[in-house]
Amino acid sequence: MQLFSKAFWLQFSSPKAFYPFAGKLIPWFTALAAVFAVVGLYLSFFVAPTDYQQGESYRIMFIHVPAAWMSMFIYLVMCIYAGLGLVLNTRLSNMMAAALAPTGAMFTFLALWTGALWGKPTWGTYWVWDARLTSELILLFLYFGYIALQAAIDDPQRAARASGLLAIVGVINIPIIYFSVQWWNTLHQGASVTVTQAPTMAATMFAAMIVMTLAFWMYTIAVALVRVRQLILERERHAAWVLELAEAEK
Amino acid sequence: MMGVLRWLLWRDLTLAMRRKAEVLTALFFFVIVVSLFPLGVGPEMDTLSEIGPGVLWVAALLASMLSLNRLFADDYADGTLEQLLLSSQPLPMVVLSKVLAHWLVSGFPLVLISPVLGMQLGLDWESLVILVVTLLLGTPVLSLIGAVGAGLTLGVRGGGVLLSLLVLPLYIPVLIFGAGAVEAARSGLGADAHVSLLGAFLVLALLLAPWGGAAALRISLD
Amino acid sequence: MNWGSFADFLAMGGYAFYVWGSYGVTALFLLIEVVLLMKRRRTLMQRLLRLARINREGGYESKT
Repeated sequence: MQLFSKAFWLQFSSPKAFYPFAGKLIPWFTALAAVFAVVGLYLSFFVAPTDYQQGESYRIMFIHVPAAWMSMFIYLVMCIYAGLGLVLNTRLSNMMAAALAPTGAMFTFLALWTGALWGKPTWGTYWVWDARLTSELILLFLYFGYIALQAAIDDPQRAARASGLLAIVGVINIPIIYFSVQWWNTLHQGASVTVTQAPTMAATMFAAMIVMTLAFWMYTIAVALVRVRQLILERERHAAWVLELAEAEK
Repeated sequence: MMGVLRWLLWRDLTLAMRRKAEVLTALFFFVIVVSLFPLGVGPEMDTLSEIGPGVLWVAALLASMLSLNRLFADDYADGTLEQLLLSSQPLPMVVLSKVLAHWLVSGFPLVLISPVLGMQLGLDWESLVILVVTLLLGTPVLSLIGAVGAGLTLGVRGGGVLLSLLVLPLYIPVLIFGAGAVEAARSGLGADAHVSLLGAFLVLALLLAPWGGAAALRISLD
Repeated sequence: MNWGSFADFLAMGGYAFYVWGSYGVTALFLLIEVVLLMKRRRTLMQRLLRLARINREGGYESKT
């Protein structure tokens, strides 16, 4: 029943209380990520059949699509944390937003990288100015801006609030950007290649993609928790409990 | 309230007129960048008129970004901004009047000179009209979005480069529809849809950006 | 089963470069992120220990 009480959740919003709690969660999410990765890779390489059109090259999809999904999902979650941080002024949500950004940027890059390597055998070129690839590239720029702004401001409080506002401005713009890129792409259709998903996807292919997404998701949670713990220690380094903890862990 | 804001706008414009260098920098930058393209691409008019809309818009976008980091910087340095923050003036209106001053100084001159540059790139009469209209609608949006970025990077080291990193991705829709409109006019398709979307962006930016800019200033001056 | 032999598996129907290039780089990036985080934790802990020692020896940093 204590799961439904407000006080139970509020106690974790203090960095000091969250630090050990996150520490307990990390092994679980790491294990989940490993299990999902093993199952997902098995499904992607040994269960999913060869595609009759694209041959084996389509197996890139099993990391490309999950990476692209995660890149957008992480940005959204980051904005929710940033918004909470701005409105409620909770330090922990600001730190969570900051902890997610590098992993989100990494998945965006990986989505672009695997997209390029998938594009070469499929469309005959590494890069096409396809609406989805272009939006993904712009998303990478948005991540860069967020990380750069955070890094440029020394005062952690101001850095968190400024980059939080930037993330929210970005998320308001994402639908507009996506829509514009789509429009731009249909106008210039003659020059580029139309990119279509595999029309019929076998159930095993879909399953492999979902399990790989879960693996990336669990990995992201584990890594973000590790990073947020480091941010807590860094920002609370003048607190007695942090120093005691450092000496205890020696 | 309007009195103070009119005074603020007047003051910004007077200051800008005294330091002519800043007004002219954006304009010269625009002219020079556009003139570099024929030298880089070659003088064939067919190619130039094809890339013309994009070149003009990208150059206008960079030129209006050039002076963006000065939007609040001077007032921040001499303490005026802090006074404005403490005054009873609604901060979004203050931001709006500063943006208007910025646009009049660094955006509007670009609109005026653009037909000349468009002719150099071989755009026909109809495209030139659309170019002026889209720049008239689009450059204020650039200044408005830029105000949020300028507020966030106020007093941050390496602010200028950082500002462009933050703001350029957000400029993309304006670039797509601005250049798209001119391109549509050039190839004989109607540019109406593009122009009305740019108008919608302007309304949206006018409604949201002053508040975003005000929030950014509050964060930076806290 | 999709593959006749291990060599078949590695060849990926002629798409080895693209498929392993994608999976390899993804694995490499995840690995690099984890290693960087571990390194960061080690330097952070050293720094905190130094801070704790300064505090104990009555340095300029006051205990809160």
